[in-house]
Amino acid sequence: MNPFAQTLLAFLALATAGSAAARETGSKTPQPYSAPSETSRFIEAPGINLAQRYCLTCHSADYVSTQPPHMPAAFWQNEVTKMRNAYGAPIPDEAAKAITDYLMATYSEPSAGRR
Amino acid sequence: MGRTSLAFQEMRTQTTDVGFYGEMAFCQNSRHYSCVSGGFTLAKDSSNRRRVLAGAAALFAAGSSRAQMVALPFGNGERPLKTYPEKRPMLVLTERPPQLETPFEVFDHGAFTSNDAFFVRYHLAGTPPRGLDAATHRVKVLGAVNTPLDLSLEDLRRDFPVVELAAVNECSGNGRGFSSPRVAGGQLGEGMMGNALWRGVSVRALLQRAGVMASAHAVEFNGADRPQIATVADFVKGLGIDHARNGEVMLAYEMNGAPLPLLNGYPLRLIVPGYYGTYWVKHLTDLTVLEQESQSYWMQKAYRIPDNDCACVPAASAAGATRPIGKLNVRSFITNFTDGQTAQASPKVLVRGIAFDGGAGIEAVELSSDGGRTWKPTALGKDHGQFSFREWSAHLPLDPGEHLLVARARNKAGDLQPQAANWNPSAYMRNASDVVRVVAA
Repeated sequence: MNPFAQTLLAFLALATAGSAAARETGSKTPQPYSAPSETSRFIEAPGINLAQRYCLTCHSADYVSTQPPHMPAAFWQNEVTKMRNAYGAPIPDEAAKAITDYLMATYSEPSAGRR
Repeated sequence: MGRTSLAFQEMRTQTTDVGFYGEMAFCQNSRHYSCVSGGFTLAKDSSNRRRVLAGAAALFAAGSSRAQMVALPFGNGERPLKTYPEKRPMLVLTERPPQLETPFEVFDHGAFTSNDAFFVRYHLAGTPPRGLDAATHRVKVLGAVNTPLDLSLEDLRRDFPVVELAAVNECSGNGRGFSSPRVAGGQLGEGMMGNALWRGVSVRALLQRAGVMASAHAVEFNGADRPQIATVADFVKGLGIDHARNGEVMLAYEMNGAPLPLLNGYPLRLIVPGYYGTYWVKHLTDLTVLEQESQSYWMQKAYRIPDNDCACVPAASAAGATRPIGKLNVRSFITNFTDGQTAQASPKVLVRGIAFDGGAGIEAVELSSDGGRTWKPTALGKDHGQFSFREWSAHLPLDPGEHLLVARARNKAGDLQPQAANWNPSAYMRNASDVVRVVAA
C-alpha cells in the first residue's frame, strides 16, 4: 500500500469514529459555528470599491462570479435593479450605475467572470 | 485576472491519479461534474460501491490548505469543495450565505441522503443564525387561534404524537445551470436534492391544540434567520390552512435518526412533503394563522412559476401571469454512471438510479439505451412512502461502442418526464429525462 493510501485509511478511520460518537449522543450540544473563511473576491477593475462596499454587505463575491458567462449588458442591469427594488439593497442611484458599469465591463467579457 | 482565478489555474495543474486497493481509479468528464484536481475518482467497475472511497479522496484533500475544485459542465461551473460544520466536503455555490451542493455520487448510495451530505440553501445574510439550542428553543402558534401556544421541543416530544415520514426535499432551481438559454440565479447542478426520514410532530396536531378560528385562511411560517438590513424582507413562507393541517405537513426535530445539522434547520424545521424546498422553513420559531393569504415577499414576488399546466413559457420570454411554486414534478436520475464513463461490454450491465415526484408515487421508471427510441422496464426498489426517493434498477445488454442511456419516470397520476426540459424565466422545476453517455469496451 502506498503512503497516500495509508494516510487516507488513517484519516477515514478517524472520520468514522467521529461520526459514530455523534450518533450515539442522540441530542447534541450546540457547537460554535465556524465556516471556512470566505475566499471569493471581485475581479480587480475600476468600480470594484463600490461593488465591495455595497454587494458584499449581503453576499459573497461568488454570487456574481458563478453567474453565466457572456451575458448581455442588460443582464447585469437587471441584476442590480433586482437587488435594489426586489431585495431592498440600499444602494444610491449613482453607486448603482457605477456598480452596473463595473459588472458589465468585468463579468460579461468573454474571457472574464472566471474565478 | 483576480487572485482566485490564479489560484484556480494553479490547481488545474495538480491533477493526480489516485489508486485504491491496487486497482486503477480515474478522473473523467461527467454529466454532473468533471474532476479538475484529482478529487473525484470513479472506479471502472460501475456495479460496485467503490465510489464511497472516491468521496473519501475528496475528504482527504479538503483537509489540506488548498481547496479541491470540481467543474459542473456549464460555463462558470467551477466549484470549490469545502468542509462546513457537520458536513462532508460539498460543492460550494456561494460562501455567504452558504449554499452547498451534494456531490452527485452520494445519490448512488441508497434511497436516503446522509445528513452530512444533504444540500444547504439560505437566502439571507447572517445565516445560519447563531446561538440556537434545542434545550432552550421555543416555537409559537399565534394569530387566528383560540389559545396561542409557546412550546419547547420537550413539550413537542412529550405532548404530541410522534410522526415519521420519508420525504424528498428538492430545491426549486435544482439543475438551473443547465437551463438553455441560461438565466440569472443560483447556478445549480443536480445535487440540490435529498431524501431523509423526518421525525417530529404534525402541524395539524399543533393547530388542533391551539384551536384554529373559522376565519382562518392560511398559516405563515417563520424561522430564526433575520435580515441584517431593515429594507430586506424576512424569509417567511405561507401555506393554505387546509394544506397546513392535512396531516402530512410536519415539524421535524430529527433527520435520519439524528438531530438536524445546523445548516439543515436545527433544531426544528418545517417539512412540506411533496413540495419544493422553498417551503421547508429552517430554525422554525413561529406559526401564525392568518385570515388572508400570506403577503410575504417570498410568496408574492419570489418563487413564482408561470400560471399554466407546464409552468413553462417559450424560451427567453416573460413569465406572464404567475402563481406560487408548488409540488415537485416527476423526475429520475441514473446514479451509477456519469457522462462519458467507460463500462465493460456485457450482455448484462446493471444500471440503477432514483426517482421521485410530488406525492402521487412512482408508477414506473423506463430505461433506454438508444437515446430514447426504445424503452425497457426497470424494477422498482423498496417503497419508503410516496414522498421518498424510490430506487430502480435494470440490466441491459451493452455491446462495445457508445450508448445513450436515458431514464424517465412516470408517476401514479400519469405524469411522464418530458424528453426535453421545459423553460421558464427562473429555471424552476426542471425535470427533463436524464441522459448519460456510456462507452462500452
